[in-house]
Amino acid sequence: MDQSMVLLAATRASLPDVLVFAASAAVILVGALGVVTSRNPVHAALSLVMTLFGVAVLFIEQEADFLAAVQIIVYAGAIVVLFLFVIMFLGVDRRDDIEVEPLVGQRPLAFIMIGLTLAGVITMMATAHWVTGAHQVVGPIEGHITANPTSPYGEPAQLGRQLFTTYLFAFEATAALLVIAVVGAVVLARRPPMPHDAPSDQSPPELPS
Amino acid sequence: MSLAGGWYLGLAAVLFSIGAVGLLVRRNVLIMFMCIELMLNAANLTFVTFARMLGDIGGQVLVFFVLVVAAAEVVVGLGIVVAIYRRRSTTVADDLNALKG
Repeated sequence: MDQSMVLLAATRASLPDVLVFAASAAVILVGALGVVTSRNPVHAALSLVMTLFGVAVLFIEQEADFLAAVQIIVYAGAIVVLFLFVIMFLGVDRRDDIEVEPLVGQRPLAFIMIGLTLAGVITMMATAHWVTGAHQVVGPIEGHITANPTSPYGEPAQLGRQLFTTYLFAFEATAALLVIAVVGAVVLARRPPMPHDAPSDQSPPELPS
Repeated sequence: MSLAGGWYLGLAAVLFSIGAVGLLVRRNVLIMFMCIELMLNAANLTFVTFARMLGDIGGQVLVFFVLVVAAAEVVVGLGIVVAIYRRRSTTVADDLNALKG
């Protein structure tokens, strides 16, 4: 059978599923457009929360319940709050000018290039046989790894088992990455040690210490 | 039973495109970071969709790593934004032209 027919045929999709998908897609797209078009960075951050929530709903719809919870907790609870904290801390929550176009012709060119890319991806998705490789490289989802053969799809225990066996090295590498990020953030956010020692020509002298 | 995977992949492609357009068009560094988050979310949605389509839990595990990388990127990136703002009092990328030839 044609691959695209397999992909796009709404097999056994009930009406609530279609409604949930349509509502989530609308929320995601409205939020994403809000991020791009908001003049106020605070409004952009709140639109980002909207998009993240819609993505979390689609995770639940695809039976990745645990990932949906992690998405809400980490993204909406930590990352967006960090964004808002920095916006408020710097006091840049004012409207910025999005009418001026600093590089002439950059915006039409950006829209054209991204439009071409999107059209290419959609065409590739609809025509090519693009799902390659072996299925179930690290183990099936259907609960064969867990002790309980009837364990549901996307169960946290199964995710954790894969995380600490197959992907153990990558997991440890993410630990190192987080430590590096914390140290880097502390170093970057630290004040210059001696402001009177070597005054740079670019640092304003009225900068409050 | 949810919808077929192609709908989710198309939505993720559109979401990625919106994020990419925002990253190219906007000049505020904070909003550029938010557009990067949009693109990462599109990738996460694609991962979860493929995990369901292929019946492979590995796609869902990879979403964890994307989340960790996103968190680390935001922490370091916002640290850089704060450090730049302390010196130049701006968050507009076009004002940071000290290396302009």
